[in-house]
Amino acid sequence: MTMKIDAKGMHYRTLNKMIRDAVASGEKEFELDNIGGQRYIGAGLNENVKITINGTSGNDLGVFMNGAKIIINANAQDGIANTMNAGEIIVHGSVGDIVGYAMRGGKLYIKGDVGYRVGIHMKEYKKQVPIIIAGGTAGDFFGEYMAGGIMILLGMNEKNPLVGNYVGTGMHGGVMYIRGKVDPYHLGKEVSCLELSEEDIKLISGYLKEYCEHFGFDFNAVMSGKFTKLVPLSLRPYGNMYVY
Amino acid sequence: MKSDGIPSGCAISGLMSEDGRRINGKKIIESIACMHDRSNGLGGGFAAYGIYPKRKDMYAFHMMYDNARAKEDTEEFFKDHFNVDKDEAIPTHRQNGISDPPILWRYFLEVPENKLEFLSERDYVAKTVMKIHSEIEGSFVASSGMNMGAFKGVGYPEDIGRFFKLEEYSAYIWTAHGRFPTNTPGWWGGAHPFTLLDWSVVHNGEISSYGINKRYLEMFGYKLELRTDTEVIAYMFDLLVRKHKLPVEIAAETLAAAFWKDIDRMEPGKKKIATAIRQVYGSTLLNGPFSIIIGHNRGMIGLNDRIKLRPMTAARKDDMLYMASEESAIREIAPDLDEVWSPRAGTPVFGTLKAGVE
Repeated sequence: MTMKIDAKGMHYRTLNKMIRDAVASGEKEFELDNIGGQRYIGAGLNENVKITINGTSGNDLGVFMNGAKIIINANAQDGIANTMNAGEIIVHGSVGDIVGYAMRGGKLYIKGDVGYRVGIHMKEYKKQVPIIIAGGTAGDFFGEYMAGGIMILLGMNEKNPLVGNYVGTGMHGGVMYIRGKVDPYHLGKEVSCLELSEEDIKLISGYLKEYCEHFGFDFNAVMSGKFTKLVPLSLRPYGNMYVY
Repeated sequence: MKSDGIPSGCAISGLMSEDGRRINGKKIIESIACMHDRSNGLGGGFAAYGIYPKRKDMYAFHMMYDNARAKEDTEEFFKDHFNVDKDEAIPTHRQNGISDPPILWRYFLEVPENKLEFLSERDYVAKTVMKIHSEIEGSFVASSGMNMGAFKGVGYPEDIGRFFKLEEYSAYIWTAHGRFPTNTPGWWGGAHPFTLLDWSVVHNGEISSYGINKRYLEMFGYKLELRTDTEVIAYMFDLLVRKHKLPVEIAAETLAAAFWKDIDRMEPGKKKIATAIRQVYGSTLLNGPFSIIIGHNRGMIGLNDRIKLRPMTAARKDDMLYMASEESAIREIAPDLDEVWSPRAGTPVFGTLKAGVE
């Protein structure tokens, strides 16, 4: 049974407490209607529950989330998947700025565009590898200070520019795959561009198959594009900055 | 003042009908109330355009007085400097959690012709505003434009909106602000919007170039007395557009000018303009994070800082343009939109009233 909540005019504290209490008493599935900017939905949820959201969700959705799955049938705002540890967030729309900030595990799949500072300081540890895939374009500072994880940008809507300035500035771990041509002018000083290897293609195929199923994209069409791989030049780009 | 773990950040919202349809004040209250948690109760306010059609050719002064003495002094001053067509208390609801309001009074003023021998009418009125702020103790001008007004104070914006009975006003442009003061005090005069003549500005962010901007404006006779950085933006638009006659597009560009490294890549014509802007108007460049909505009698302008350190979403539906810190604040009042987008850093969004609409 899905627990339905009409969130019209409801404060985020009330809403999130309702969800937490229901999860504690064994509820597995939620559908939230009339969401209008309520923050922190799914914050810190450790349980393997599913939340479907109808309406524009608020900032910091899925912050510290550790296992839940959230499906958003609209655009989402700033800071989603902030420091997320495990689970899945699927957005059938576009998202705002600083999404996937310090993300350390789990999946964030976005159908449309992403804003500024996506995946800033994402990180990984052994099997904990976060992944962000966006179907549209991205703003400036994509993967700034990235320390781990995988980011894939598809540019399916062919808007220009595909990605903003300072891509991967301060990047020192992880990998980005951008489908399309990246103007070197847009790159940060700490990244280098590579061709994809067989292994890269195998790696992204796995994720992209799943991604395409969510949004009804044609997998072969996605893979027919030419990808650029971005990796850090150094694991410690600022090692000498304050050393005399 | 309650401040237990408030998730910070100011809120701004603006809406406009480019056809000049008048929208009831309830709408803008609903929009800004959706972002309640971005404010902390220390400031809220609204600007409304097209609200005084019967006296649309008079300067509507919305005043705030600390005490009766300030009111008397200012009224003496008005009598000497203007023809006062009408004056009245600004209507308010007194039972909704807004405490200690100043005396709130409005005046509809005309400038006597004999005052305009050496300067233009608008210069005269702008000078008057500066004079009141610097010379009359406890007297503050909330707004001084034609057919517009600012309604602001200390409280959450939705409470301030109900306090001022905004449901009794209809405007073709509304802007709103919910304040979370960081560097400067929360007081009635310090609430947004900041205004001068028809210009109004609501602002989320902080202006680290305040000192440079202030000194530049002072050279042109502006006096900055309101103890808040945002004030400079209203005066800058007055200086750049009204006095220097720059198109609003160029004025917006001086505030968030292109980076030199991007100018280097422009084609020659654009490059020349962008270079000139930076050379001539280096002192109106705004540094620091901001998202702002400017109102004026012919439209609305939204602008972000050059690296997008504050949020802004814009949307259109038929003749309506919306801008807000969060998309949800737009969807709250217009669930079904033709177009929604996040304006790029430093890229202004313009709403323009159709020609002929008053």
